[in-house]
Amino acid sequence: MTSLPTHTERKLGLVIDLDTCVGCHACVISCKGWNTENYGAPLADMDAWGETPEGTFLNRVHTFEVTRDTAPPMVVHFPKSCLHCDDAPCVTVCPTGASYKRVEDGIVLVNESACIGCGLCAWACPYGAREMDGAEKVMKKCTLCVDRIYNENLPERDREPACVRTCPAGARHFGDFADPDSHVSRLVAARGGIDLMPEQGTRPVNKYLPPRGRDTLETPALASLCDPLPDTPGTPVQGFLGWLDRALERI
Amino acid sequence: MSVQPAPDLSPRVSDEIRKTTCYMCACRCGIDVHMKGGKVAYIDGNRDHPVNKGVLCAKGSAGIMQHLSPARLRAPLKRVGPRGSGEFKEISWDEALSLAADWLRPLRATAPEKLAFFTGRDQSQSFTGWWAQAFGTPNWAAHGGFCSVNMAAAGIYTMGGSFWEFGQPDWERTKLFLLFGVAEDHDSNPIKMGLGRLKERGARVIGVNPIRSGYNAIADDWVGITPGTDGLFILALVHELLRAGKIDLDYLIRYTNAPYLVNAADGSENGLFLRDADGKPLVRDRRTGHAVAWDAPDIAPDLAAGVEIAGTTHLPVFRHLTDRYLSKDYAPDAVAKRCGIPAPRIRAIAAEIARVAFEEEITIPQPWTDFRGVRHETMTGRPVAMHAMRGVSAHSNGFQTARALHLLQILIGSVETPGGFRFKPPYPKPPEAHPRPHAGHVPGQPLDGPHLGYPLGPEHLLLDEADQPKRIDKAFSWEAPLSAHGMMHMVISNAHAGDPYKIDTLFLYMANMAWNSSMNTTQVMQMLTDTDANGDYVIPRIIYSDAYSSEMVAFADLVLPDTTYLERHDCISLLDRPICEAEALADSIRWPVVQPDRDVRPFQSVLLDLGARLGLPGMVKDDGTAKFKDYADYISNHERRPGIGPLAGFRGPDGMGQGRGAPNPDQIARYIENGGFWFEHIPEEAQFFKPWNAAYQNWAVARGLFDSPQPYVFNLYAEPLRRFQLAAEGYGSRQPPDHLRARLMEAMDPLPIWYPTFTDAATDPAAYPLHALTQRPMAHYHSWGSQNAWLRQIHGHTPLYVSGEVWRARGFRSGDWATLTSPHGRITLPVVRMDALNPHTVWTWNAIAKRRGAWALDACAPEAAQSSLLNHLIHELLPPKGDGLRWANSDPVTGQAAWYDLRVRIEKAPAGQRVTYPAHPAQASPVPNPPRDLAHQVKG
Repeated sequence: MTSLPTHTERKLGLVIDLDTCVGCHACVISCKGWNTENYGAPLADMDAWGETPEGTFLNRVHTFEVTRDTAPPMVVHFPKSCLHCDDAPCVTVCPTGASYKRVEDGIVLVNESACIGCGLCAWACPYGAREMDGAEKVMKKCTLCVDRIYNENLPERDREPACVRTCPAGARHFGDFADPDSHVSRLVAARGGIDLMPEQGTRPVNKYLPPRGRDTLETPALASLCDPLPDTPGTPVQGFLGWLDRALERI
Repeated sequence: MSVQPAPDLSPRVSDEIRKTTCYMCACRCGIDVHMKGGKVAYIDGNRDHPVNKGVLCAKGSAGIMQHLSPARLRAPLKRVGPRGSGEFKEISWDEALSLAADWLRPLRATAPEKLAFFTGRDQSQSFTGWWAQAFGTPNWAAHGGFCSVNMAAAGIYTMGGSFWEFGQPDWERTKLFLLFGVAEDHDSNPIKMGLGRLKERGARVIGVNPIRSGYNAIADDWVGITPGTDGLFILALVHELLRAGKIDLDYLIRYTNAPYLVNAADGSENGLFLRDADGKPLVRDRRTGHAVAWDAPDIAPDLAAGVEIAGTTHLPVFRHLTDRYLSKDYAPDAVAKRCGIPAPRIRAIAAEIARVAFEEEITIPQPWTDFRGVRHETMTGRPVAMHAMRGVSAHSNGFQTARALHLLQILIGSVETPGGFRFKPPYPKPPEAHPRPHAGHVPGQPLDGPHLGYPLGPEHLLLDEADQPKRIDKAFSWEAPLSAHGMMHMVISNAHAGDPYKIDTLFLYMANMAWNSSMNTTQVMQMLTDTDANGDYVIPRIIYSDAYSSEMVAFADLVLPDTTYLERHDCISLLDRPICEAEALADSIRWPVVQPDRDVRPFQSVLLDLGARLGLPGMVKDDGTAKFKDYADYISNHERRPGIGPLAGFRGPDGMGQGRGAPNPDQIARYIENGGFWFEHIPEEAQFFKPWNAAYQNWAVARGLFDSPQPYVFNLYAEPLRRFQLAAEGYGSRQPPDHLRARLMEAMDPLPIWYPTFTDAATDPAAYPLHALTQRPMAHYHSWGSQNAWLRQIHGHTPLYVSGEVWRARGFRSGDWATLTSPHGRITLPVVRMDALNPHTVWTWNAIAKRRGAWALDACAPEAAQSSLLNHLIHELLPPKGDGLRWANSDPVTGQAAWYDLRVRIEKAPAGQRVTYPAHPAQASPVPNPPRDLAHQVKG
């Protein structure tokens, strides 16, 4: 079994804004592209053009409907990838030490050369955030683009996870949750960011911003300037035409 | 704990980044193509690009899989089996081009109209149209007729521009945004980026759509409207705003034809504007009570009173407008049931529009001068913005619905003002500034002018001496007078019927007309394969160009294989469908970041080669040799007018010309250096009020958008439409056939109206109680996504989504299949329950379904076995009404295909249904079977 660090210097992770995510899957494919070409084995697609295509994805978007008694149903798009938990059960369950949490930034990684493909970590993860690669039979998971965020071959502004860089709606944010003044910490504070399934005791680093209220438009009926008919002495024409005439005089 | 592994945190990303333009949809985002060892390793968004500013959607990021698709064609193909079978032999380019030239040469010499050349979703329409004009056939258009011409035409006729490529919300300032209809596949990254900006600022988003998916899922308020009733809902909002006096009278007087006096005298001028001797429309000056020219100095145009001439009172447009929309017919209570929206909710939305428009107005301290010479110290705007696309447009009442939407925008003064809707250059551009349509053809000669345009009256229809349509698609005929984009969806059925005449060669580019781009798909396939008494094909020859093994390929006699978008030159041109922003002029290119590894050629270069072989004017030198080496040569050196070419940037010998300038041989190199695009900001004083802003008009002339300033006012009342009504009433020399008179009188109303869609009006709601729609997923675009190994895992089949009400009524259970029946056909699909849905609407994904054998997919692929097209349920004609006539399933103004008028009934499919109906026979694949598994990694 593998142990977790007692403390990490930084807590790098994502804030995912469920109020803004339109479910476009841009993050899913951007992740697929970067991680197929980079960290470890390429993300394989089995039966790629066949009857049952099944590929490895480190990030997937799920869609849920929320029915409500007195308001129209809501639809929530829910992107999900590894949450880089502080108490990551996928690490402690690993028999070889292949799964580990980095001391310096808290990123949970799989050292593929030590992974025996036993799949225990995927069973241990309550979020279903790990996928066994169909071709290489090693466990794949979100690396938080560890090979982008420190990559000296990338311009400074591109040193962020591929999913964050590409998100068209700006629903994904990357930063250090150990720093209370970081962009992500401030977002979580301002918007009531939440842990996913806190009852699991995994202490996830990634946070979700809940959707704001929907279908709340309750404006009183439009106060009319022309109806009910203003009965102004000396105004020969009333109703809309009367209003129009007076309004034109003021222009 | 053992020593922590030390992965390589700085792997080499690429040898080189090549910046070009995406073509995974029509958005045209800038992309960074990361190359390793000469191969494409990774694609992400170009941060400096004006369209996407670095972001990229799922399609764009999956471009590498499109580039490597096993469905890519490999060489020119000549048909050897029967049409539709997909049996071909590969031939050389020389043979292919000789064959095409041999087929086309005699047509040009004797009857150029016998070539029908139609292109699908390409972005080189100014080029293909130019080619067709040189050939001399009147039969050219692109796909707008079955896409969103209602939106485009309504926008041009009403205010000189529409949504998407014509204009955009002022994302940085708007405080209330209304999004109508399906819009998720067009302009998708800019809209997502804009929605993100609105969310950041806490601006309210209202989504009006029968389906709460995608953008509507994040809308603060969702209006699950009944399909086809958007116009009625919008006019109820207009009713409320008028009733409350929440309209911008000052804006209406200054910038619209609201004060124009409408001739009330009986006769041939009735309903046209009163004009002075110079032809200038007249308004009533409140100060004198006299009728004076609309642009006379120092007048106070009236909106309330008319002028009396010879005992007849002529009222201003505004009075006609208020008389109509203040009617109780448009009251929220009167429309609520039909629209499926409670009346209080309509009133609340109207009130919110009024509140934001008039209590949160925006003022920018930016002086500007209008075209009358009046200086304004500030720019004031009403921060309510709207956007709509095909969902509103693809109905038989779509033109008037889009007009109604623009009416709403204009009444509150939110067009071209801060916080509202802003045009993108070269728009605004009123109908008068566009060409008229042309169809004058003479053997051996070019056409007498551009094919498409904006008619201003019946005199501009394309009819011959016998009043028969001159075009094979019957565009610009009485059946569709303002069909500004042509009517591609009618070409095959008309050609098959020989109505209005027979053709010889059907030449299509990138248009999957044998599948998801046609209504009535099964019968279209029969038309393409039908033979006459001699055993000859009724449509004698079909040439098709596509990069991939699509369904349409199987029906061609000759296939000209195109390259992928990473292997070609293209220009996204101001002459065409540009990528400008509201605050800037912009255009861009594609260039071959890799060379093809197959015997394929870019279609535009092939077309130039074919044009040279045919000796078409403009494509050959005096000695008869080819004028252009390839499309890149054309892009740099073609001039449409002196100094104006396909690309506006880096013109002139020094590359300093912007908009205007002589051709620059280094132009494409300069674009590549600049990241694949060119961009110039509009001056600050010209940023808003563009139709009326002298600084904008002068800047537009300097940049070559116009040759002289073109200020104009918005057409709340569209006089060209009235001219068609007058003809229908019997005035004028060019008269419609009698059976169309009543319809023209109704549909060509110069003020926006709403009427039930033709299908709704003719359908027994008991027999077909449900509306059926398609949406195109954000992660997929048209047919192209299904060959994409990554994207097909996101959307691989087409479940039918049904509301909880339908689910319960039909007793559906998880895993069931449904049969969907329209008056025209029947399909079966697996059902899924969705409650965030108009209860009387069912829907599925568009263009996921595939014919077996196409796109290099396995014959058992879910795209074929568990997917279907609603196209099978939709006919290009309405069911017979018993009047002996067949009426088009199109908008009566523009001819736009009314895809979303569809009505159906639903039943549980027989137990055991596991494969979709109809199941078409497989087509043979002209490309090899792909490998089973994929693990693509470029080792640099």
